Amino acid sequence: MAIPKAEELGVNVAREPSLMTGAIPKKEWMDNPVEFKEGNFCYPAKQSIVEYHKFPNPREWSPTDDDWKLPDGWEDIILNGLKERLDKFRSLKVFMDICVRCGACADKCHFFLGTGDPKNMPVLRAELLRSVYRNDFTTAGKLLGKLAGGRPMTVAVLKEWFMYSYQCTECRRCSVFCPYGIDTAEVTIILRELLHLVGVGTNWILEPAANSNRTGNHMGLQPHTLKDNAGYLMDDIEDITGIRINPSWNRKGAEVLFITPSADVFAEPGIYTFMGYMLLFEHIGLDYTLSTYASEGGNFGLFTNNELMKKLNAKMYAEAKRLGVKWILGGECGHMWRVLHQYMDTMNGPADFLEVPKSPITNTVFENAASTKMVHISEFTADLIKNNKLKLDPMRNAHRTPTWHDSCNPARAMGLLDEPRYILDHVVPKWYEMPENTIREKTFCCGSGTGLNTGEIMELRMRSGLPRANAVKHVEEKFGVNTLSCVCAIDRATLTALVDYWTPNVSVTGLSELVGNALIMDGEKERETDLRFAPLEGMEG
Amino acid sequence: MRVLYPFVAVLALILVAFLGGKVTGLQYMLGVVLPYLAFGVFIVGFCNRVMQWSKSPVPFRIPTTCGQGKSLPWIKQDRLDCPNNKLEVVGRMILEIFAFRSLFRNTRAEVHDGPKLVYGSSKSLWLFAILFHYAFLVIVLRHLRLFTEPIPFFVPLLEMGDGMMQMGVPRLYATDIVFLAAIAFLFLRRVSLRHIRYISLPADYFPLILIFAIGVTGLLMRYYYRVDITAIKQLTAGLASFSPILPAGIHPIFFIHVTLVCVLMAYFPFSKLMHLGGVFLSPTRNMSNNSRSVRHINPWNDPAIKPHSYAAYEDEFREFMKDAEIPVEKE
Amino acid sequence: MYDKGKIVPGLIIFVGLMLFAIFNNAGQKPQPPKLEKPEGYKECVLPVEEMKQSHMVLLNEWRDEVIREGKREQVKVGGKMFDKSLQRGCMHCHTSKKKFCDVCHEFASVYPYCWDCHIAPQRDMADQEAK
Repeated sequence: MAIPKAEELGVNVAREPSLMTGAIPKKEWMDNPVEFKEGNFCYPAKQSIVEYHKFPNPREWSPTDDDWKLPDGWEDIILNGLKERLDKFRSLKVFMDICVRCGACADKCHFFLGTGDPKNMPVLRAELLRSVYRNDFTTAGKLLGKLAGGRPMTVAVLKEWFMYSYQCTECRRCSVFCPYGIDTAEVTIILRELLHLVGVGTNWILEPAANSNRTGNHMGLQPHTLKDNAGYLMDDIEDITGIRINPSWNRKGAEVLFITPSADVFAEPGIYTFMGYMLLFEHIGLDYTLSTYASEGGNFGLFTNNELMKKLNAKMYAEAKRLGVKWILGGECGHMWRVLHQYMDTMNGPADFLEVPKSPITNTVFENAASTKMVHISEFTADLIKNNKLKLDPMRNAHRTPTWHDSCNPARAMGLLDEPRYILDHVVPKWYEMPENTIREKTFCCGSGTGLNTGEIMELRMRSGLPRANAVKHVEEKFGVNTLSCVCAIDRATLTALVDYWTPNVSVTGLSELVGNALIMDGEKERETDLRFAPLEGMEG
Repeated sequence: MRVLYPFVAVLALILVAFLGGKVTGLQYMLGVVLPYLAFGVFIVGFCNRVMQWSKSPVPFRIPTTCGQGKSLPWIKQDRLDCPNNKLEVVGRMILEIFAFRSLFRNTRAEVHDGPKLVYGSSKSLWLFAILFHYAFLVIVLRHLRLFTEPIPFFVPLLEMGDGMMQMGVPRLYATDIVFLAAIAFLFLRRVSLRHIRYISLPADYFPLILIFAIGVTGLLMRYYYRVDITAIKQLTAGLASFSPILPAGIHPIFFIHVTLVCVLMAYFPFSKLMHLGGVFLSPTRNMSNNSRSVRHINPWNDPAIKPHSYAAYEDEFREFMKDAEIPVEKE
Repeated sequence: MYDKGKIVPGLIIFVGLMLFAIFNNAGQKPQPPKLEKPEGYKECVLPVEEMKQSHMVLLNEWRDEVIREGKREQVKVGGKMFDKSLQRGCMHCHTSKKKFCDVCHEFASVYPYCWDCHIAPQRDMADQEAK
């Protein structure tokens, strides 16, 4: 789908009449139905995929159709589903009841900032559900109906849910500013769960989820392909450093199981991050194994429903148990770490067959992971640097002037902020922060998380990513930043598209890529290029 | 319409109370029966709503981390914005409840040509919200003088402080002015900021107008009509001692004030005003960010949900794995 | 998890605070204030109802007139002359602050700043000493 050029879209965002630019919509939001047209929705899940998941109502359909072929009695299915979830999640119940519509969240959402669409204000996104909740679950709503802000569940409402629960990346930025901590991610998660009950879901999420289930990774790579691909990357490492690394797969008795998003083995620029991990482990002589069965760090279940999240995540502990490792090390990924940090132990623990993680190199015990027994690669690396266990030459990254992108989930669902910064301090000569309101807990999403990095909504993604890109542009112009570094696999994919569009001179790197580049390996040859085969500074000739 | 209906509703309440205040039989209804009823609805309704919330579990540990979490010992944890234990959570909650910490972060975004997004500091909502809530609190506490006999020591102290400016007779309370100004600000903000106006429901205007009317009738009673305070106290303290009496000659404005307050109390548990209770129960604020070091239990966690098993996986891919020299369980 | 162990005590505290006045008053019936009326005087400067409602306004006006404008002329009501003065006017008839002013003021928790400058009349002192 063709999208406008950046210059044109830039003018549109700043000038088109929207709630963001000063225009006031003529119709009240309840009287303004959504309109699906090519480019503003993610393609629905294929029938075969829905069948694979054994989800209800598999069929071929399109959001542009008037008739979505919903099952008989779908309204009751939704309302019963809502009731069930109100009883399961206090967050939902409380968040439905206590919003005062103060509007503090309104201009905090990157989707609202980029589109100016009123229903992308977090408060209104939640009102889409809250209006139905009020109508059917509260005294005031039952008595007063619309006057109390209630409205019945209709097809138009359902369509609205589909549109706007897939224009939210569950990034939790709004929740930082809400005086009651209302988290739109909780609302979006529930909306998506409810939609799946009547067979409304997107292919870009359900197909990777099916792949993850069957092959272990969302790309659907079979075990030999996975190993082969990693092998090609090891060839590249050998070309660049002269060192041959042979990572082990599915090896029993290793000390550590390493799990990272599968995109790191397959897609640029994640592959360079993967090379960075491998160099790091080789450098310190870590006794680790990779797994083909648990070869996906990411969890498309988080974007679908609780049950699927648990099912996909369960592979990690199952594989750790089968291989008899002591603990698990996790690669760079945002939502993966939301699941690992906030859900994994609860869903699939206790991991009593593992040991409290202890770095075999520094003997540091990771008390903060004492129960889940899974450590973030940045925590692991920062500890190595602090204990002087890495030989680093930051000048190898002298051709890069990075800025740091805090990924939503590590920032707002984990509190991982300073470990990556510490690493960055040691692997590059100089880096710069983006403006204060766009970093750390106030960081902006890449705009395409939670299964939205699909090509058919590219304009939407460039709009929702604009707040991030705009901050990058600011430091590009001010400090000459040419690199956007992060610890998230989705970011590595989506930010690449984003910066290509808005700030084409900036490239995206994983943090471990910069680490790998800076590492002085024992017995290596003189490096002339970085891990991307780009010449190092002073080696351009 | 969204402003008009609540406005008309409050006017209607005032009218009913005014007429009722003139009729002796209804005075007893409005001055004695209604307050008991409304207070009962408030207490029972409030507790019931909170208990309803408490019946749903918090299945996952989902704090919104707003600072550095506890990890390696040499990395400085932000203990208030990313608490790791109960004490730190208490600190975070105190800041949230008494200082509106999250609202204090507020910014305002604007889009300019370029496109260029800028985020300015925006503390006015925080300021007026704080002023409103604290003025309300002081006013409620000051009213204890009418319900208590003997009057507890802190009430006169509050009154002294509040009336420190010694302006006029009866002495003008600073909170009265702050209270009305803050509500006026919150109301004007709601109707004038375009995105706030767009999201506002009748249920957002109604409490504002109602509380404003309560404030105005209160002020009229004290500064303009100067109603017979001893007569009123006989009624109100009588209520609190379960020996209500209705002295003759109480001005109708009092019954308007009381009726509006009763409506507010009875409305409270069924409305967004329940944020008073809800803010304590918000899982993104009242939980420690220690989910990796202490296992959180989900009562409805379904042990029947199992992963696609390794055995089934190996069965499907065994030959490929063997060819690629990946170890397998069954040869 | 349900946190009942925190929510229930929290609600009990909440209800306890809300019922503060009831606990505070427990077992007592508030008695309406009983004023000691002046002996031998039937009329005040204004009718009783007006005095009840507006004595503070009148006193304020008198203060301004006397102190700031120097208008000390007496007020004539019903053939009697009254001094525009708290101590020599009001307290001439209402001889006890304690048994007149304070009765209502304390009942309603009103603390006028008259007595920041004025000294309470002698009878109260004498009463106190007699105890």
